[in-house]
Amino acid sequence: MLPEILQQYPVAQALASFDADAIAGGKFDRGELTLEIDAAKIVPVCMRLKTEEKFIRCSDVTALDYYPAEPRFVVVYHLHSLARNERLRLKCRVSGQNAAIDSVTGVWRSANWFEREVFDLFGIQFRHHPDLTRIMMPEGWEGHPLRKDYPVTGNRV
Amino acid sequence: MSDRDTTSLLTPELEPQMDSLNPEPAPRPSRPRQMTLNMGPQHPSTHGVLRVVLELDGENIVSARPDIGYLHTGIEKECEVKTWQQVVTLTDRVDYLSNLANNLVYALTVEKLIGDIEIPSKAQWLRVMMCELSRLNSHLVWLGTHAIDIGAMSVFFYCFREREDILRILEMFSGQRMMTSYIRIGGVALEPPRGWREAVGKFLKQFPSKVDEYDELLENNPIWLNRTKGVGFISLEDMLDLGVTGPMLRGAGLKLDVRKTEPYSSYEKFDFDVPVYTDNDVYSRYRVRLDEMRQSTRIIKQALEGMPEGPWQADAPKIVLPEREKMKTQMEALIYHFKIVTEGFRVPAGEAFQAVESPRGEIAYYIVSNGTTRPYRVFMRTPSFGNLQSLGTLLEGRLLADSIAALGSMDFVLGDVDR
Repeated sequence: MLPEILQQYPVAQALASFDADAIAGGKFDRGELTLEIDAAKIVPVCMRLKTEEKFIRCSDVTALDYYPAEPRFVVVYHLHSLARNERLRLKCRVSGQNAAIDSVTGVWRSANWFEREVFDLFGIQFRHHPDLTRIMMPEGWEGHPLRKDYPVTGNRV
Repeated sequence: MSDRDTTSLLTPELEPQMDSLNPEPAPRPSRPRQMTLNMGPQHPSTHGVLRVVLELDGENIVSARPDIGYLHTGIEKECEVKTWQQVVTLTDRVDYLSNLANNLVYALTVEKLIGDIEIPSKAQWLRVMMCELSRLNSHLVWLGTHAIDIGAMSVFFYCFREREDILRILEMFSGQRMMTSYIRIGGVALEPPRGWREAVGKFLKQFPSKVDEYDELLENNPIWLNRTKGVGFISLEDMLDLGVTGPMLRGAGLKLDVRKTEPYSSYEKFDFDVPVYTDNDVYSRYRVRLDEMRQSTRIIKQALEGMPEGPWQADAPKIVLPEREKMKTQMEALIYHFKIVTEGFRVPAGEAFQAVESPRGEIAYYIVSNGTTRPYRVFMRTPSFGNLQSLGTLLEGRLLADSIAALGSMDFVLGDVDR
């Protein structure tokens, strides 16, 4: 069911009519629309957004770590529609145990490196990613630096 | 002599290796004669520490795989342990050729998070003027080094001559030539110095004729034209799909400029055009950047002539450091100063995303705050990272000799890629 606060936004309505269960929540804050998407449905939702809603640019993919809360990670997507000059943020909650989510590389090729970066620095697996290897850190590096339990200085725990 | 060993030294295992000695060599199995070439990480034309693994078939590039991360310094991680205002100095070091665009996008994002802070119009105009100066700086470095890559040496000296003038103006305003940290949360760092109008005015008087000079140097140079026209084509569709932004898109006919589509820092009050060319090659990217220099000059001129009077920092005592004089006479100012310097200021919890047009394309920061004096997460969507992703598609099937021109036309900064 679409939350009441989102009903005035055409994008949210269009998504809700496509898949009623896909939107788990959302908000409109500081002029930015955020939709929380069920992590299992991220690929069909993105495909729909690209083909029907004209979000042809995936500006970036990143993640947040809310250690020690559970679900620990939030994967964040920023989309941009050139046709409507509109931006949209998608968020997916991902559990800390075997953190994994489907890759959206098949929808936007630009997600490739951004997902590799999230994999490298947060340790979130992207299923069906064509080349999921470390991109910033050297091969064979232990740990994922942007996790909150990874120290800024000193030895790793 | 008679007990000489007469068995052949050429054992059956060795015989195939002697093919070339045979009058009729056995035909070799036909396989593509591919070769792997490792370009970089210390190659001068990559302008930084970039490694490209090229698969070559003769002179043709079969595939190109960029390998990045050599300059990764963990800036995003470090932002999480600095106070909000301290992060400004880190943003300088991301894209060191257009640091003011980085300062600006960080300041704008944090101001969006704070919400009730009003930036005085003088500060906004100063920000615009300094950003355009740094755009000129970045384009000049690009033009000079790109021309050197292709073989036109003298353009480099011309470009760096004018760059020096810009750096002097930046130093005048902020005390620093490159890592200016001039744009701060709540305004700009310092009041414009004495004599700044004359300095900028003098620069504006000279600069347009210098741009014409570069144009003349290159436009009548047949080598330059042959090496840039029709080279480095990549379809607009591919570029959008791969996350390319900035002059590369505008060289392919797409008029995407954040300054126009989502104006920030009062860019909507300035009169300028977004140059667009449609040939989608190295030459049209060069034309776009050259025209952008002329447009930036126009913007700086308007900023200089119409610079509003008033304060250059917001009236927000909890965020902006008080004036020195007030600190000596007012108790409150002293307390605020002590709090800001020792603890920093708090930013309301929430998240904000802001995009800015840097010389290289769309730079966007996504910042999350949990209500403390330090950012919870600072994500930098840098244009070079997005642009470099298209390198494989750009080089595939092209000639090796063109790869340098194509690489240069992307105009990336490796500090910006690796962060």
